Amino acid sequence: MRYLAYVLRRLVATVPVLFGISLIVFFMIHLVPGDPAKTLLGIRATDKAVAALQKSFGLDKPLWEQYLDFMGRLAHGDLGRSFFYNVDASELVSGRLPATLWLVVSATVLALLISVPLAVLAASRRGSALDQVIRAVPLVGLGMPAFWVGIMLVLVFGLKLRLFPVSGFGDDVAGHLRSIVLPALTVALALTPILIRSLRTSMIAVLDSDYVVTARAKGLTHRRIILSHTLRNAAVSSVTVLGVNVAYLVGSTLVVERVFALPGIGTLMLDSIFNRDFAVVQAVTLVFAVMVVAINLLTDLAHAALDPRVELS
Amino acid sequence: MTTAVGPVARGRGLAARRPLRMNATLAAGLALLGALVLAAVFAPLLTSWDPIEQDLSRSLQDPGNGHLLGTDQLGRDVFARLLYGARTDLRVGALAVLFPFLIGGALGLVAGWRGGWFDLVLMRVVDIVVAIPFFVLVIALVFALGSGTRSIYIAITLVGWVAYARIVRGEVLVAKEQEYALAARASGLPTYRILLRHLLPNVVLQAFVFSMSDIVLSILAIVTLGYLGLGVPQPTPDWGSMIQEGQAFIFTKWYLAAVPGLAVVITGLALALIADGFVHRSGRR
Repeated sequence: MRYLAYVLRRLVATVPVLFGISLIVFFMIHLVPGDPAKTLLGIRATDKAVAALQKSFGLDKPLWEQYLDFMGRLAHGDLGRSFFYNVDASELVSGRLPATLWLVVSATVLALLISVPLAVLAASRRGSALDQVIRAVPLVGLGMPAFWVGIMLVLVFGLKLRLFPVSGFGDDVAGHLRSIVLPALTVALALTPILIRSLRTSMIAVLDSDYVVTARAKGLTHRRIILSHTLRNAAVSSVTVLGVNVAYLVGSTLVVERVFALPGIGTLMLDSIFNRDFAVVQAVTLVFAVMVVAINLLTDLAHAALDPRVELS
Repeated sequence: MTTAVGPVARGRGLAARRPLRMNATLAAGLALLGALVLAAVFAPLLTSWDPIEQDLSRSLQDPGNGHLLGTDQLGRDVFARLLYGARTDLRVGALAVLFPFLIGGALGLVAGWRGGWFDLVLMRVVDIVVAIPFFVLVIALVFALGSGTRSIYIAITLVGWVAYARIVRGEVLVAKEQEYALAARASGLPTYRILLRHLLPNVVLQAFVFSMSDIVLSILAIVTLGYLGLGVPQPTPDWGSMIQEGQAFIFTKWYLAAVPGLAVVITGLALALIADGFVHRSGRR
């Protein structure tokens, strides 16, 4: 019952954030210098196209009325209409969302598979040469541009070793899986430095805690202590650290999709930028933000479910 | 994990200007960054090639024959573009962090000190801005504002100030309860003087340390925008656009895309070492 109340409270807490996000996305068009419709469509735009854009965004109406219209449309799931494709933006986004979700989920799994063992190794051999090497990973990794890592992975695993496809998303589940490996590894490698650093610190705190000292005093092997006593805590920490960095994870997918020509919403956003398709750029920004809010919410709920010490009141 | 070092002890951070006690990490980072900055500043002395001069008769030449890293598809010297690219990316990266640092720091300082509705509203705005992924918002803003250096500064400022506001506010919340702050308040000093002379020097260290890793993020954003064709306008050399151009020749001339990326990694490493070195110095590991 307390958990249910916690879920409801967290849900309510997302409302003002969502409201604020809608304001930012709405006001984006008003940042466009000069006449937004003319600037966005470029100097070769016809008067008809400019008028259509002005009408679509209601740029001739007072600001508050424009915002109310925007919110009214959002409430009906209407994300605006694409000028370039001449279809609803929501239709475009929903068609491209699966590839992005595949990427986010598989990158998360890969990031955990890489960083948890490395963090455990570093923490359990604190001060050793291995620990020093693993601690150096974040220092180097934090400055690596995700798209550059992607290009290097394409060079090695795609073009030289020919292990994975270098672009596209495949036609079936097996194809999706093969195609997602390199993009997911790229995003995971961007996240791994942050995860390793945070997890190593959490693991050290767990290894120094009384119950681990007691387990050690009882004569349990190091392996048993790590596997049975500290990994659950590592899982809890992983969830929290992931939650904190989820916006970074989701943001990385944008450019990584472009490198691998993955038909996700990131590619859609970038294509729409070059097509000057403002409604779609707005729609994708909104969807990315809602995705982050949703994942943050799920992270908090998972954390509360995994760790009974989390304060639910 | 951040340890609870007492703010009174911390009060000697940057404020007391004690001699810079080097540790190996900080020294390595400063040396690496110094070398990069020197290479960027003295680029004309290190290469005689013009980074934007095109010569199609020399396109895609291998390293050698006077071109240390060969030439690109337009016959431009890659080494020269790399050095002049450092000028662009380091300058824009550092300047792009300055505005968020000042604006976010000032807002965090006031919010932490005053509390009340200002703090409440500011923190809700922070929650909203951090909910939108950094790259998504920066790219969307640069699109709305039009590509170019000015737009990059504005976009990074609009997105980046939140981190500084959070950090400084958190530090002020602790510092304002310390004896020196209570004493300053009790002595009837004006608020601006308490904030600028007493609190700011004691809370700015964390924001400064963060700014080192933030410059990395800022350079990554600039390079990413350059890669996407939304960054520093051509033909100004920029590491991101160099990687984007080199990608087309990845199979035959892999170094065209690899080398500018390595330059970004080395810059990131230098700044990360400096940040780590400062953390060690302040005893906050």
